[in-house]
Amino acid sequence: MTRPEAPPPDPSRPNPSPGRLGRTWQWARGNVLVRTALSPATHYSLAFLTLGGFLMGVVFWGGFNTALEATNRTDFCVSCHEMRDNVFQELQNTVHFTNRSGVRAGCPDCHVPHEWTNKIGRKMQASMEVWGHIFGTLATREDFLANRRRMAEHEWTRMSANDSLECRNCHSTGSMDLSKQNPRAAAAHERFLFTGEKTCIDCHKGIAHKLPDMTGVPGWR
Amino acid sequence: MRPRLKLLAAALLAICAAAGTLMAQDAPRLTGPEPFTRETTAPPMQRAVTNDVRVRRNYPDQPPLIPHAIEGYALDLNANKCMSCHARRFTEQSQAPMVSVTHFQDREGNTLGGLSPRRYVCLSCHVPQTEARPLVENRFTDMDALTQTERSGRGGR
Repeated sequence: MTRPEAPPPDPSRPNPSPGRLGRTWQWARGNVLVRTALSPATHYSLAFLTLGGFLMGVVFWGGFNTALEATNRTDFCVSCHEMRDNVFQELQNTVHFTNRSGVRAGCPDCHVPHEWTNKIGRKMQASMEVWGHIFGTLATREDFLANRRRMAEHEWTRMSANDSLECRNCHSTGSMDLSKQNPRAAAAHERFLFTGEKTCIDCHKGIAHKLPDMTGVPGWR
Repeated sequence: MRPRLKLLAAALLAICAAAGTLMAQDAPRLTGPEPFTRETTAPPMQRAVTNDVRVRRNYPDQPPLIPHAIEGYALDLNANKCMSCHARRFTEQSQAPMVSVTHFQDREGNTLGGLSPRRYVCLSCHVPQTEARPLVENRFTDMDALTQTERSGRGGR
């Protein structure tokens, strides 16, 4: 099948071929709201508009960050049964939840990047988790167990890619005292961590949650 | 005759009672408080021995003890953390002792390609130690100590 030839350009029109984008723009300019938005203000002073815009910007930005931080707490994570009944139960038995010095790492400390851009990226990814909650992807314990390997691999991939950034927010190689570690750990850190051959997650999988079936995972039999 | 028999019975009873008390004092109670419904504070948790020094076996086929921390190590149907170091192919990077060749055999003695399923649960036999003092005296004697006199008499080996 051959396409019909384009019609010859009309000399009476100023723009012979506006294209799809141009046509859309011309159509949008016909809209009364767009016309109003594009024309200068007739009632409000420049000071009102600039200061008002600034104030509204502060309010919007503050509200955005407040909402962002409100959804970045362990309490928020465990308000869904998927998290509360599965991963949170397992976390409570680990050293990251209770330990001798009383420091606690909650969900976002390890699962949400602390740096802004990556944090927003992760937050956008998390909309998939809202989808899963609404449509019951992990409605039962069986569903959770069936999906555990897939979800764990997401986290391993993320941490391998960013050199275990979330671990290193608290644990830095520079502040590690090897003499306080037992000889086995010190030797392993010296050989694999300090040389950059491996990153935290390569060896420390399943430290906060139970592991999925590890068949085929490097380093596991 | 009668009073003498009575006396004997009384003496026997006293001896039994004394022996009973002695034996009761000999072994500490292992069954909790008396009466058992009384609530007591739990003894403090003992610190695990994690100095990474291999412990001598008390007899040749004793499963070796674990001289390192294993807290939080996965050992279930999904994962076996022990084998991440002690499996044959990981011993070079971990410098850990390999599981012994007996672990590659099934119960009929057939040699398998890898860890035998019946050997999967490491902690059934291999255990870490704590610094807890034993509740009862341990009278175990090493075979070498038992045969010491005999061997030294014959010139020894």
